[in-house]
Amino acid sequence: MKSTKDIAELLDEPACEHNKKEKSGCAKPKPGSAAGGCAFDGAQIALLPIADVAHIVHGPIACAGSSWDNRGTRSSGSDLYKVGMTTDLTEQDVIMGRSEKRLFHSIKQAIDTYHPPAVFVYNTCVPALVGDDINAVCKEAIQRWGVPVVPVDCAGFYGTKNLGNRIAGDAMVKYVVGTRDPDPLPKLSERPGIRVHDVNLIGEYNIAGEFWHVLPLLDELGLRVLCTLSGDARFREVQTMHKAEVNMMVCSKAMVNVARKLQQQYGTPWFEGSFYGITDTSQSLRDFAKSLNDADLLARTEALIVREETRIRKELEPWRERLAGKRVLLFTGGVKSWSVISALQDLGMVVVATGTKKSTEEDKARIRELMGEDTVMIDDGSPRALLKIVKDYQADILIAGGRNMYTALKARVPFLDINQEREFGYEGYQGMLELVRQLALTIESPVWPAVRAPAPWKAGYVSPTSAVSHAHPHTG
Amino acid sequence: MAEIHKRKKALSVNPLKASQPIGGSLATLGFDKAIPMLHGSQGCTAFAKVFFVRHFREPIPLQSTAMDQGSSVMGADENVVEGLKAIAEKSNPALITVLTTGLAETQGADVHRNVREFRAKYPEFDHVAVVAVNTPDFTGCVETGYAATLTEIIRVLVPDAAVAGTAPGKRKRQVNVLAGPMLTPGDLESLRELMEQFQLRPVFVPDISDSLDGVLTDQDFSPVTIGGTPVSEMATLGYAKATLVIGASLQKAGELLQEKTQVPSYFFKHCYGLAASDALICALSEIAGQDVPERIERQRAQLQDTMLDTHFMLGQLRIAIAADPDQLNALIDLVNEMGSEVVAAISAANAPVLADAKTASIKIGDLEDLELTAKAHKAQLLIGNSHAVATAERLGIPVLRAGFPLYDIIGGYQKTWIGYRGTRQALFDLANLVINFAHEEIAPYHSVYAQKPENERQQVSPSCH
Repeated sequence: MKSTKDIAELLDEPACEHNKKEKSGCAKPKPGSAAGGCAFDGAQIALLPIADVAHIVHGPIACAGSSWDNRGTRSSGSDLYKVGMTTDLTEQDVIMGRSEKRLFHSIKQAIDTYHPPAVFVYNTCVPALVGDDINAVCKEAIQRWGVPVVPVDCAGFYGTKNLGNRIAGDAMVKYVVGTRDPDPLPKLSERPGIRVHDVNLIGEYNIAGEFWHVLPLLDELGLRVLCTLSGDARFREVQTMHKAEVNMMVCSKAMVNVARKLQQQYGTPWFEGSFYGITDTSQSLRDFAKSLNDADLLARTEALIVREETRIRKELEPWRERLAGKRVLLFTGGVKSWSVISALQDLGMVVVATGTKKSTEEDKARIRELMGEDTVMIDDGSPRALLKIVKDYQADILIAGGRNMYTALKARVPFLDINQEREFGYEGYQGMLELVRQLALTIESPVWPAVRAPAPWKAGYVSPTSAVSHAHPHTG
Repeated sequence: MAEIHKRKKALSVNPLKASQPIGGSLATLGFDKAIPMLHGSQGCTAFAKVFFVRHFREPIPLQSTAMDQGSSVMGADENVVEGLKAIAEKSNPALITVLTTGLAETQGADVHRNVREFRAKYPEFDHVAVVAVNTPDFTGCVETGYAATLTEIIRVLVPDAAVAGTAPGKRKRQVNVLAGPMLTPGDLESLRELMEQFQLRPVFVPDISDSLDGVLTDQDFSPVTIGGTPVSEMATLGYAKATLVIGASLQKAGELLQEKTQVPSYFFKHCYGLAASDALICALSEIAGQDVPERIERQRAQLQDTMLDTHFMLGQLRIAIAADPDQLNALIDLVNEMGSEVVAAISAANAPVLADAKTASIKIGDLEDLELTAKAHKAQLLIGNSHAVATAERLGIPVLRAGFPLYDIIGGYQKTWIGYRGTRQALFDLANLVINFAHEEIAPYHSVYAQKPENERQQVSPSCH
């Protein structure tokens, strides 16, 4: 079990804006009105996208049982991450103190069956409480079988999902990063006059494969992605993260401790960016070139931006007409509000209010900059509050995480899922096309008038379409 | 308003259309103790029989006038007369339909005269109803053959009100239902339940839910149908409060029944989807003079919820559909309600209902037309009969089975499509196909620089975008 001191250290994140504020971003959940996930949840979703690792959840069934295989991330190769593994502790294991032994044998079984390059062990509440020493078990397992076994000590009661993200990042920096140097550049990849730079992306999860909209552009510019933590990543990639020239924090501050620690330990500079929306995608590419201090790269980047922006704006034109002026209530979870706002504004849509529950002070400043001073910022994300705002501000659509989907649908409000469980990729220039398609799909759907109108035999019925009546009674 | 594109090519490839005699037979098989006799060569009947047996997985009563070379050239009147006698004698049927085939029509057969000859020659079989119908396979499709047969059955078996002294509404709870060929046994059962909730007693004409619903009877063999609309019931249609006519193809049959009995007809093109189901329920409520029961209101709300849940999958989905006219129009309405886009609509034959269908264009054609049009418009999902499964496979898209024949699944004939509940299940089925098979994934991209493990590395050339 982590000591209170360890947890306090993780909570104290100097690179996080919330640190300077009385009310911490990782504030204690309130009994009776808590909605988010736990530290285990956060750690697991942060690392699960590392595709070739055997991810073992050490605990009774509830932890893995209700969460495995529940993520939108995609892999271009290995799919071991989709195999759910848990020690599934029984009452007898707990009472008789057999859980460590079971974990040890579980690690062996995973190695024997799947031959993974590494095993990650996620600690959960029950073994943490009874005092399993998973660090010792992992150490012993490494010695016995010669495969890296990484303890991720993330019992749920340690704190929030956000803390879990940090615990996960911390485990990577502590046990994995720096254990291997990058491969030499592939011969085939050499192009005359182009200097290749090594970079990392932190907090990029490749939801629905959306990062594949961006990666070709980075390839073209000669940016070698040593590792994305953790979308479509492999264990051997994570090992080399210390050799990057620059790190990009993608969208979320959840793993900001990784960027900060890599800077502390290896001197790697980092910047923050997003690949949602045209403006932000271009800015992120530019920031790479600037922080790498390569004039030629900057010139090529600008040329690429012009080419891509021209292309995509032309393709978006017909959609803009359909979506311009539509009013959006944005209530995002993991994805930063400001990055999506810019994507929506690129389309001529009006963001009437936005959720800022997880946003930092810096984010809020950026939101004000984008939306004006009197923008509505929502801290209360309860269904009733959200629906009231939808009504008060006449929003055409609610954009939020999947958890809020049924709040919207039951209230007959169009909805777009922006969270990690979604099936569609919105990143990069190309992702904008999917975003507009999905926005139009729900906003323009004929089901809304059909579900809002009362039954025709009820008073006040207004026919949603002219196609209603097939019946023409002929009287004799 | 749809633009209708007629058939232009010489060759029909992977036909969608089944023949009029099939439709006529299906209508007949919905009557009790009935048997169709196809006036043609033996093959006409054998193929039809196989068609039905594979679809319903039931023994199917079907006879043939067995025209041979001699009778084809010299005249087959005797085949009809003696064929009727043989069946009447041997099988004790209540109804025999004489359905012409292309062969008989080309030869110039006059089956109506043949029936008169049969009556004159064998008065001992006067108790057996005989209905002759012109159903050549060189025109129309299943739907038109069915409609023509039902119209003739009404003409022959329903007495005129003036003659029989029937009066509309004398049986306050009886409602006649002229049921089109797109209604499955499951549909009819569901419709019966709906009507009974309004305290109405439906008389289905015909009623394949009582003859082709896949039931194990005490009788081990019967040369005629077991179950279906009793022929005697036809004399009671004139006492009903109202008639529901379901299927645009039955317009003429519905008008004829109304003309003969003065019972008011309510016409429905179909009962797929929310709006059409609303129209049905409103009519039932009006006929019964009764409020809509809460149970039905709840089913309506369940359907609305399903529409919300499935609009993410079905909205703007590019769908290709091949079916007979009524069902094609019904399916178009169903998916239009969900915001899907019908990119290919193929009908087996032309019909007035198609001109009013809510899609840009409809092609009268075959499954090759379906395949080509679906491909050209990048259809993501197909709706069609079992023959369209191979089409879908070649296109690499999922298929929802609908129509005739369904020979590669069990129980397809029993699926309920109509009303709030049937629509709800159809939307679930469509959405599940999309989730499991039609979701367009972003193609994995392999970076030339990637440090993936050896076994995952591919030969990639530098990106030139």
